[in-house]
Amino acid sequence: MASAGNNPRALPWALVTPALAWTCAFFVLPFIAMGLSSLTAHEGGGFTLANYSQFFTDPSYWRAMVNSVEVTAIVTVISILLAYPFAWILAEMVPERWQRLALMLAVLPFWTSYVVRSYSWLLVLAQNGVINRALTGIGLIGEPLQLANTRLATVTGFVHFFVMLLTLTIFANLKQLSPSYRKAAADLGAGPVRTFLHVVLPLTLPGIMVGAFLTFVLCIGDYITPQILGGNNELVMPQLVMMQIGRRGDFPLASALSIILMAVVTIAYLACARWLKIERA
Amino acid sequence: MRAAVRLAAWVYAVAIYGFIFLPVVVLVLFSLQATSFPIPPFTGPSLRWYQAVLSDARLTSALVNSLLVAVASSLASVTLGFLSAWGFARFVLPGSALLRGLITLPLTVSYLIIGMGLLVLFNWAGVPKSLLAAGIGHVVINLPLCFAIIYSQMGDHQINIERAARDLGAAEWKVLLMITVPVMAPAIFAGFFLSMTFSWDEFVISFLLTRFETTLPVEIWNLLRSGLNPKTNAVGSLVFAVSIVLVVFFELTLLRRKPA
Repeated sequence: MASAGNNPRALPWALVTPALAWTCAFFVLPFIAMGLSSLTAHEGGGFTLANYSQFFTDPSYWRAMVNSVEVTAIVTVISILLAYPFAWILAEMVPERWQRLALMLAVLPFWTSYVVRSYSWLLVLAQNGVINRALTGIGLIGEPLQLANTRLATVTGFVHFFVMLLTLTIFANLKQLSPSYRKAAADLGAGPVRTFLHVVLPLTLPGIMVGAFLTFVLCIGDYITPQILGGNNELVMPQLVMMQIGRRGDFPLASALSIILMAVVTIAYLACARWLKIERA
Repeated sequence: MRAAVRLAAWVYAVAIYGFIFLPVVVLVLFSLQATSFPIPPFTGPSLRWYQAVLSDARLTSALVNSLLVAVASSLASVTLGFLSAWGFARFVLPGSALLRGLITLPLTVSYLIIGMGLLVLFNWAGVPKSLLAAGIGHVVINLPLCFAIIYSQMGDHQINIERAARDLGAAEWKVLLMITVPVMAPAIFAGFFLSMTFSWDEFVISFLLTRFETTLPVEIWNLLRSGLNPKTNAVGSLVFAVSIVLVVFFELTLLRRKPA
């Protein structure tokens, strides 16, 4: 610090270098290591593209990617459809002074441990869990339904998380919307439905797209919820990655699968880039 | 017609709140279960499972580990984040936008991939799995967050106070410690507490990078193998309580600051 104080040009670099060095050493370098690792054989080392070709030729690996994309797409769509009206109600119908509290209540479960939250859904969805007990109790069904260890359970757990997230982003977007747009539309003779479809929805689209992108990225990269709620019936990509490490110690293949997963996220980013840029400007 | 729409809206809002709170209520309710299964009918109330958690050496030491890693990694994240935010906000650096982008880049990559990368690197470098390794990973994910929060709060009004201090003869380190840190305290605390909640709850990186000593989310994960168990509910409820305390601190520091 003393030498930095004597030389005014060295000071700014002394401030920013530790953070940059950390990011290079523990983010960039690991990424390069992973890239190199993905090009080596599990046993014996040596350069090979086998890990990538295995992904493209083995149907069970393809299946995991298809599952990942399907689950993520379903979750994203359901979450937006559920969150939008809810954010609307919070923004438009709840009195101003209660909005903060209403929003805080809506995101309170965010702060339970993520692992525990998925487990809690298991309590609700299990064979003898809350839902099955309630349904058999009132005599609606004779036999308990198979709810846990299914795609439905995975989607439910994810939607629970992302409805909270999307409510936040869409709410913020609706609050930024000036009421004069809607007044203008009404003055020009548009009914509530037309006003919504032609004015409000297009203006909140950037917010929806940002939320949808966040949902996509977090959902497709998550291991916990599919593992706890989906079980091992229908593997998704992160489960496949963890399996290579946990059961087989195959770091090169796990690296290759991670890089493929990242490539998919990058493609999603490029697809949304138009809206994501609007938001940043 | 309007009344019907209003009614439908309220019913919908209540239903969504019900959906959001259902698992949390079930979790806490059945942590108070007197018998051995966290399933209906509710047989409580009893605190025996909380007692079981607090007398479980593995869980309590994991809890201490989690707090240790959370505090240490958050301190490191907020220190690195603050220094770099100050550097970028106060000085003109070549390639500044690019370098800021580099610092925030880890925000866009999933935790699983960050953990994987570190695992491969540490494996090659011969670094053993440990709490330290997991803590390094936590700094990677929380540094960009601290940087972004503090950098966004570096307003122009602080520049003049810093300039005045310099004119009065303060050395740079004195300006930093006695002016900038106190002025930026809300953002610094917010970054710290937010990092704490993320580190406290982080699973995948800790799972990949620790072995014998590990953090609470990983121990809870191990507990899940024994099936549904009120002890898991009790430890989950305790984790929830700690997170809420951290979030309240976060609220009080960032969002309740006096308008500038």
